[in-house]
Amino acid sequence: MDAQPFARHLKILEFALSSMLRRRVKNAGLIVVFSAVVFLLSSIVFLTGAFRTEALATLQASPQLLVQRTMAGRHALIPLDYSEVIAQLPGVGTVTPRYWGYYYDIYTGANYTLLGITDDGLEAPGSAPLRLVEGAFIAPGQRNVCLIGAGVARMRGARVGSIVSLRNTRGWMSEYEVVGLFKSASQLLTNDLILLPEADLKALFAMPDDQATDLMIEVYNPLEVDNISRKILERLPDTRPISHAEILRTYETLFNWRGGLLLAMFLGAVAAFMILAWDKATGLSADERREIGILKAIGWETSDILELKFWEGAVLALVAFLAGVTAGYAHVFYLGAGLLAPILQGWSTLFPAIDLAPRIEPYGLAVLLLFTVAPYIVATIVPAWKAAITDPDRVMRSA
Amino acid sequence: MILHPGIIALLFAALLVAGMVLYGAYIGAIALARWDLGSSSEGQLALERKTYLLSTLMSHALGLEILSALVFLYTLDDIHAIFAGAMCATGTLNANPVGWWVLVVKIVALFFCAVWITLNRIDQRAEDYPLTRLKYGLLLLLAPLLALETWLLFRYFLGLDPSVITSCCGALFSGSGVAAEVAGLPAFPLMIAFFGGAALYLATGVLSLRLAQPWPRYLLAALAVAMLGIALASVIAFISSYHYALPTHHCPFDLLQADYHYIGYPMYLALFGAIFYGLMVGIAESLRRIASINGPITAAQPRWTLLSMLLLGLFVIIAAWPMVFSDFTLEGYY
Repeated sequence: MDAQPFARHLKILEFALSSMLRRRVKNAGLIVVFSAVVFLLSSIVFLTGAFRTEALATLQASPQLLVQRTMAGRHALIPLDYSEVIAQLPGVGTVTPRYWGYYYDIYTGANYTLLGITDDGLEAPGSAPLRLVEGAFIAPGQRNVCLIGAGVARMRGARVGSIVSLRNTRGWMSEYEVVGLFKSASQLLTNDLILLPEADLKALFAMPDDQATDLMIEVYNPLEVDNISRKILERLPDTRPISHAEILRTYETLFNWRGGLLLAMFLGAVAAFMILAWDKATGLSADERREIGILKAIGWETSDILELKFWEGAVLALVAFLAGVTAGYAHVFYLGAGLLAPILQGWSTLFPAIDLAPRIEPYGLAVLLLFTVAPYIVATIVPAWKAAITDPDRVMRSA
Repeated sequence: MILHPGIIALLFAALLVAGMVLYGAYIGAIALARWDLGSSSEGQLALERKTYLLSTLMSHALGLEILSALVFLYTLDDIHAIFAGAMCATGTLNANPVGWWVLVVKIVALFFCAVWITLNRIDQRAEDYPLTRLKYGLLLLLAPLLALETWLLFRYFLGLDPSVITSCCGALFSGSGVAAEVAGLPAFPLMIAFFGGAALYLATGVLSLRLAQPWPRYLLAALAVAMLGIALASVIAFISSYHYALPTHHCPFDLLQADYHYIGYPMYLALFGAIFYGLMVGIAESLRRIASINGPITAAQPRWTLLSMLLLGLFVIIAAWPMVFSDFTLEGYY
């Protein structure tokens, strides 16, 4: 009793497949357009997801609390005295000054991020995710050396042992020997990075001795971060504490927003596709109409024809969905998302060559299903029903 | 408003579902006014044909509802990172309390859609469409419900403001208020109620399979409603604590997170499935007096009863797994 209806469904599916094969051209056209829509939307979903994961993985290691000083509403160098005031607050661990800045390279037109490292080397908090691929770290006490990211190396044609020269504030060139090249778990982080010994960086930017770019604060209890930032603000009103959680939230919102905006823009494409699907499903050829008429005449019921139409739609949607998702996956994870990356990742001359970790989430697929297959199915319900109630008598008479 | 891919997909899907069901209700309203089985007019024939359209519309709407309910839950959990103070879906829902209503209406609508489709299936087995009036009447209730859900969903997502500081499940389930009181229910008596209730449910299931009288099947449906309440209270009061291995952690939503192997999804699906089939057994029992559908109902009831018992068993196994196989115990808190 139970096996029979199941076999019946399979037979109808088989019939659907063979009738779709007979109308190859019409179905292929629809599949191509459908896959293109799925491809676009899935590229967006995959790319946003991958960027988000990358950015969050990178920020995971960033310090819990950063304190910057602002002057006239702009970021200014922070006096080192401030670190003593902050270190006295209960619950605060070490306070480490950071020295960093941006460098506009007139030869390549790119912006580099320069970060000074102390003699303790890379063990300072905040630099944990950096991983060297080639060369060595800067040894304590070493001067006029640097570590560079993959993007800088590419633009400058530099490798281990070559010299990178940077123009200091007086316009003179300072030369630094490349001792190592970076590659990080996240290329977004180290791509445009140049690491210098702290003293070299201060000399290059002519920073006053008693000031740093900002302060990294270690907070023992993560739940106290907000309290401690409030206290810092009370004691040092010209500062701006930035907590780890705030940065994470901002990035989360940013990537969601960019991805969502793109998706919203492409909803127009989905609507156009719905109209196409509706049109294709409505425009039954005389042949198809006669076929349905004959099926009904030989004993198929309306519900059987509806099931036939359902299977046709399901097979078409499945093929197009899989093709589109596969193409989107390849586009994002193997081809570097050439079509979308510039919109999503930000604005810079020195784009990181994105090498995103391939990952696919059931959630992303479910969202894509709602975006693509759902409207297709909705658009074809009424035409399928219209076809299914075809009166066999009338069709065969007119033929 | 937060432009998150999941949110846009949900709003889009909600519009599709509401559109389908409203159109269905429109067909239903016309049918309700003009339905006359005795007539062989062209109008009646067209109406009978439209029932096919209606059942296709509704089954697709239900499929979309189920998918979007899962996406809704996951999205709530996914966007919590945007809100200061939120650590799971609870925080996201608290960020704009309309969300709780969306959740409630969504669950009711899901049950409603599923019941409607099952009634429709039974109805189509009979030659004389005996449930037509009931079906179309229910549809006129269901359509406003789904419209309400869509409206609430829009209000919820459009009203989400990332700068609102919300509270996490720790605050909701351990402060004061209804949620905290449920979480603070004494674990031991509730465990007795939960396991006892489940045992009673299974026993009633066996009885309704064995006995011809109608009462075990009505009892099963009544117990299903009671079990839903007991099970949800138990999840908050002690089942979740066992899964987290943390006596103070009572959130029903953290179970949906990757840290707990997404165990909440199979758990809640099993629970809602069990309750639905249990309810269906009772609802169908009341329709058995209609001669033309007595046959299909009698054939379907044992299947539903078995499914309901299996799913409830699955739910209990998932719930009790850490109680039996982990070192964690709430014994000191009884």
